[in-house]
Amino acid sequence: MMSLSILGAMTTLQTGLFGLVAALAVLAAIAVVLHRNPVVEGLFLVLHLIAVAGLYVMLDAHFFAVIQVLIYVGAVMVLIIFVIMLLNLQPEAKGGSGLVPAFFALVLGVGLVSLLVRAELAFAPASEGLELAEGFGSVAQMGAALFGGYFYPFEVVSLALVAAMAGAVVLAKRQLEG
Amino acid sequence: MDLKIILTAVIKVSVVVGALQGSVALLTWVERRGAGLIQLRKGPNRVGPFGLFQPIADGIKFFFKEDIVPPFVHKPTYVIAPGLALCCALLAFAVIPFGGTLVIEALELEVPLVIADLDVGVLLLLAANGLGVYGIILAGWSSNNKYSQFGGLRSSAQMVSYELALGLGVISVLVMAGTMNLSEIVESQTGGPWYVLMNPLGFLVLLVAGFAEVNRLPFDMPEAESELVAGYHTEYSSMKFSMFFMAEYINMITSAALLVTLYLGGYSVPDFLVGWLGLEGWALTFAQVGSFVIKVAFFLWLFVWVRWSLPRFRFDQLMRLGWKTLIPLGFAAVIWSAIMIWRFPGWFS
Repeated sequence: MMSLSILGAMTTLQTGLFGLVAALAVLAAIAVVLHRNPVVEGLFLVLHLIAVAGLYVMLDAHFFAVIQVLIYVGAVMVLIIFVIMLLNLQPEAKGGSGLVPAFFALVLGVGLVSLLVRAELAFAPASEGLELAEGFGSVAQMGAALFGGYFYPFEVVSLALVAAMAGAVVLAKRQLEG
Repeated sequence: MDLKIILTAVIKVSVVVGALQGSVALLTWVERRGAGLIQLRKGPNRVGPFGLFQPIADGIKFFFKEDIVPPFVHKPTYVIAPGLALCCALLAFAVIPFGGTLVIEALELEVPLVIADLDVGVLLLLAANGLGVYGIILAGWSSNNKYSQFGGLRSSAQMVSYELALGLGVISVLVMAGTMNLSEIVESQTGGPWYVLMNPLGFLVLLVAGFAEVNRLPFDMPEAESELVAGYHTEYSSMKFSMFFMAEYINMITSAALLVTLYLGGYSVPDFLVGWLGLEGWALTFAQVGSFVIKVAFFLWLFVWVRWSLPRFRFDQLMRLGWKTLIPLGFAAVIWSAIMIWRFPGWFS
């Protein structure tokens, strides 16, 4: 596989690819908000998630990229679209949502973007010619990290997730019986 | 990048895609003749010797049928769905190794006989499989037909449920092999025993989940003819229908190839045979590809055999089997693998 071993020396091809994938991600995200058909919105979210997986590939994080597609696209979004289809949601009627919500949305949006820009400016760009560690982003390294240094946090998170699942089942059952 | 590398990649992709399409054509013939054999009737036997040219006649027919887009469908998704299904089916096969490394000395080339030799190979296959579900869901939804919609909903529920069991069947091998690279998994079985002997339970789980993932009988709920007309592809005609058809058969081939690669030694040729026949170079490669094709062909026949022998499950039975039987069995298989490594570390180098 072709690998991006040197961050600083991105070739034009890679820069172009990055621009393409990033633009796709942003456009898909905008379409999620603007489109009026819930199923199509879901599909644009899928496209966005795939584009983000593409960004991971360019960062040499192949494992993350595949897991992103496998979990978010292959499982989570399938269920979300499944529910949208089951509820048979109709496309939103034309027309805005009123001035007050629009004002709050504008304030929140501007606030979020300015925060992001601030954070971006606070970090100096990576120095030129930075070498990636050997085997960066590989499955072996991920496994070694999860079952080595991060063993206890990893197990605690798994336990918390199991507890959350059990809780969801109990709550849903209670509503069915009640 | 080197021109030679690009050329070999292009040749490999063309050969594999061509072989897949050819196998699909042959499979439709095997399916119908097999059905005839099992049900004591003849099957297609008029076009060419033994009816072998029937797939060509069918292909021509698909091309010349009118491509109808019903007026009530959601057009963009209706058009995308079959292409998505076919692309994902083809993508999944890219990580399957069908032979060892071929060395061409005249060109100073080493050609690994796999399209994408990735360290995350198995995961990519599962991800492509997961993407393939969208083709079916979208076809069901965009057709704006209640039978199609039911087919789409059923298939998404079914494929998400059985993906878990499939994953556990795969993990059982990953635990034993210690890698996710499919070529390395095959290499680790070349000298020693196949993983099916060490963990038959995992093999069984993967086999059953594989049947469910490709929507074949006894799990063909998404297109149950007697209940849903034709399920998710009811409103499709001509080449669009044919693309769903091809996707289903390519998924069958990938599923069989995954089973063979993970549990039955993939393309490996037994050591004594290599020594006895003195296989090397091109001969060894041919033997390896032959070994792979024979094993895959057996499972493809098994798919046909089961389809014409068993009746269809009810939907609730399907869900119960998936969640309450296969997934616990899958976990048991993973633990089995761990115990094997713990008790017999010498078997795993």
